[in-house]
Amino acid sequence: MLPTPSTSHVCFDRVYEPAEDSYLLLDTISSTSEAAFLQNRFGHVSSTPPLILEVGVGSGVVLAFAAANARTIFGRNDVLTLGTDINSFACRAASQTVSTALREPTSSSSIFLDVANGDLAGSIRPHSVDVFIFNPPYVPAELPDFSRHENFNTLPAGQEKTTFDQDSYLLELSYAGGADGMVVTNRMLEQIPNLLDLKRGVAYVLLCAQNKPEEVKRHITGWGPGWGVETVGTSGRQAGWEKLQIVRIWKEGA
Amino acid sequence: MKLLTLNFLTCAIKTCKTQPASFPLHPRDAELEIVETDMNLPFLKNILPRLMWDELRTITSELGLPDLPPTPPTRSNLVEGGEKDAVAEEEEQEEVVEEPTQTAKDLHRILLETCIKEGKLVCGACGHEYKVMEGVANFLLPGHLV
Ligand SMILES: C[S@@+](CC[C@H](N)C(=O)[O-])C[C@H]1O[C@@H](n2cnc3c(N)ncnc32)[C@H](O)[C@@H]1O
Ligand SMILES: [Zn+2]
Repeated sequence: MLPTPSTSHVCFDRVYEPAEDSYLLLDTISSTSEAAFLQNRFGHVSSTPPLILEVGVGSGVVLAFAAANARTIFGRNDVLTLGTDINSFACRAASQTVSTALREPTSSSSIFLDVANGDLAGSIRPHSVDVFIFNPPYVPAELPDFSRHENFNTLPAGQEKTTFDQDSYLLELSYAGGADGMVVTNRMLEQIPNLLDLKRGVAYVLLCAQNKPEEVKRHITGWGPGWGVETVGTSGRQAGWEKLQIVRIWKEGA
Repeated sequence: MKLLTLNFLTCAIKTCKTQPASFPLHPRDAELEIVETDMNLPFLKNILPRLMWDELRTITSELGLPDLPPTPPTRSNLVEGGEKDAVAEEEEQEEVVEEPTQTAKDLHRILLETCIKEGKLVCGACGHEYKVMEGVANFLLPGHLV
């Protein structure tokens, strides 16, 4: 078992607390089969360092895990990690989580870049991402009212503390996914073909049962020849249904 | 925010992405700070082909930092005594300790230790300004630009 990064400094009143979905991502990217897949793609020592982008880092637990265990997962120490989140408090918390994890004596000496405050991967250079990771807000629940975002994204003027309404809004952002829980994920999926490296890009996206994962997978296959999509991690099996799953999306033989 | 991060960022406005001038973003009114971090020599050697060198030179000159050479260093330029051939390197990679040259140290300082603490990043195509506050860049767009 690889160590789980510490998030004890994070205030979970306004930043998503690592939960079953987060841990499923950790277990999946470090599983024997995925590590083998990733090492095969990125493990050659003098190829260019892969850029790992996580959108919606939250506490940063997943990105920190990838950064600190780079050698085991990717077969090399020199990977680059970059994150984004729409919640500025999450951006700061996650930066600290990754930096702290990289200072652990057992950690890989990989390169942490930054966490930018933004919408999805909107500010990332096209085709620059080698490994993309997204644990989206996936619960079928009404999206929060974004007109309040600018106000709620920073501390109220002259104040040291956030308000209760602000915290509720920020937490809503972390789970509410609109119709079928897919509104944010669909927007993200649309960006993926233009975001991934044309030769070696691969994406890991978490889906829940209500997201209609089979439909989502069929949709991705329809992107065109060569696109592969496969369920590579599951949790919460009940009566033949997986509660959560991770799909890997990649371009075959590209 | 590290200068190397700018190698991977662009303007967030959709219609800008196809315009070459949307990359790189240009720092303006930047307050810099140095945040020291361990040097990773294999990383520096391997990242060279991914660096958009001309754009990086533009950024450093806009920040008033010492000029970068017109062409990027080679892998050998980064290792004291030059790099051993690739095969030997792979076989012995665990044992051989390579010493970084001054060029490697300078590159490490520019890419990974020189950080924008406060300031703006400006798109060369549309002129939109993104704020950097306490080292975090904000790419959220007002509703009408999304
Ligand atoms: C389910 S949480 C996952 C957090 C963390 N990655 C984990 O696995 O524990 C979803 C995260 O996505 C962020 N988020 C929601 N909408 C976003 C958007 N449009 N752009 C960027 N991040 C977003 C939320 O703020 C939240 O941190
Ligand atoms: Zn622009």
